[in-house]
Amino acid sequence: MVKTKILLSGNEAIAQGAIQAGCSFYAGYPITPQNELIAYMAKYMPTPPGTEAPRVFIQAESELAAISMVYGASAAGARAMTSSSSPGISLKQEGISYIAGARLPAVIVNIMRGGPGLGNIAPSQADYFQATRGGGHGDYRLIVLAPASVQEAYNLTQTAFDLADKYRTPVMILGDGILGQMMEPVQLSGRKIKTGLVKKWALSGCAGRKPNIVKSFFLREGGLEEFNLKLQANYALIKRKEERYESFFLSDAKIILVAYGSMARIAKSAMYQLRSAGKKVGLLRPVSLWPFPQQPFNRRNSKVKYLVLEMSYGQMVEDVRLAVNGKNTVDFFGRSGGGIPSEEQIIGKVRKIYHENI
Amino acid sequence: MTEQIIIAGSGGQGVMLLGKVLAQAAMLEGRQVTWFPAYGAEVRGGTSYCMVIIADQAIGSPYVTAADTLIVLNLPSLEKFKSRLKTKGLLILNSSLAQMSGEDKTGVWQFPFTDIAINLGNIKVANMVALGCYAAAKNIVKVKNILEVFKSIAPAGNSGILEINQRALAEGQKLNKG
Repeated sequence: MVKTKILLSGNEAIAQGAIQAGCSFYAGYPITPQNELIAYMAKYMPTPPGTEAPRVFIQAESELAAISMVYGASAAGARAMTSSSSPGISLKQEGISYIAGARLPAVIVNIMRGGPGLGNIAPSQADYFQATRGGGHGDYRLIVLAPASVQEAYNLTQTAFDLADKYRTPVMILGDGILGQMMEPVQLSGRKIKTGLVKKWALSGCAGRKPNIVKSFFLREGGLEEFNLKLQANYALIKRKEERYESFFLSDAKIILVAYGSMARIAKSAMYQLRSAGKKVGLLRPVSLWPFPQQPFNRRNSKVKYLVLEMSYGQMVEDVRLAVNGKNTVDFFGRSGGGIPSEEQIIGKVRKIYHENI
Repeated sequence: MTEQIIIAGSGGQGVMLLGKVLAQAAMLEGRQVTWFPAYGAEVRGGTSYCMVIIADQAIGSPYVTAADTLIVLNLPSLEKFKSRLKTKGLLILNSSLAQMSGEDKTGVWQFPFTDIAINLGNIKVANMVALGCYAAAKNIVKVKNILEVFKSIAPAGNSGILEINQRALAEGQKLNKG
């Protein structure tokens, strides 16, 4: 018998995953293509008065207000989340930097659309730099997770809350308009809604104990450097422990496609077509974009060639180049501004590399 | 097996719902399925479409560039999408609002879905007449499963909605090519 699945869009699956992970505070502001996420939260977050573990939904007056509310809610111990799409995420950067600087957990969802500027509402992956390099000011990082299916969007959102609390850091779910809008069958986990999490550092009322302090402001001489070194130690730990990726046929591949999120689905279809035509092609799909998975690039034959595919004009390709560190050839193909590389284009590109080099 | 379908019509004709019902029915059969909507500033009276892919193996892009089946409920959508139909693909056309003539008619199942719906007493169920026609034309989803989906989404306490959709589906199934 087929297990019961339900049909959800990526946006809805992220929202459902958040609620099951015990998200107790959500603030957001509408923007296409992530509107179904905030709509789902509006419908299912609010709890009846008198509920033991109340949940809060707020449609904020702006993106800046929403991220600042998340900052406050997280400081008070809530599992807090906000979501938006590219231009709205740009507006949130100040708050994200403050949250990272205050060592607070939070989950931020970016369902990317075309840019720069107001751009358009088509799917895009052009916010990779912004997501993985910080986006706001200061020496901070976000854990960035990139789901490639609706099921994975649901699963990784729950992971995101756990990682945010474990490392006391903001975590970003990075998807795009395809992932947000597309509906697929989802198997919901039996995970009960998490409640009653105790966070020892939270501003939860200090009667009977020493007051906690949450801040990102260090005036004492040397104080900020000390704090930054602690942050860096945390990032080093995350790098060691939290690399995530999926791979196909790496062992015999002469050309390895590297793609994440929706792009990886298209790359995978192209890979299977090429393999059925006898071409030794593999696929590496980074799931964590930061930390970028270094491990699968290590100790690989220098004759192996990489082809990086993105819905941008080349952002993750820089991390692939850093990962191979000059040892392998790295090619790139991408389209942006709403253009999506097709299977045929990928196949054409791979055949060209084959003819020239192998 | 991979079946790539584009469903298009005017905003308000229920093309999104048609696609969702089809996708859910395919899900009940344990198949892989994606549903992808036009999510721009679609308005009542403008064109609207969604894309459904049903397959036995994992689906790559949910975007359909070459369709095995095109279900079209109005004329502007026919103009917009007919070039996306594969050679020998199936066109299911609402002849109340758009017709194909001459040689173009080969492989076309055209029936007056809107008129049939009006005769049933609710113009809104033209989409489900078209779905019944599709189920009869291609044996990819079982009618039994479509009926299961109806039951799960029909508003509680308003059984009239469920029944008229069931009747619309049955009318669509009766339509034969030619």
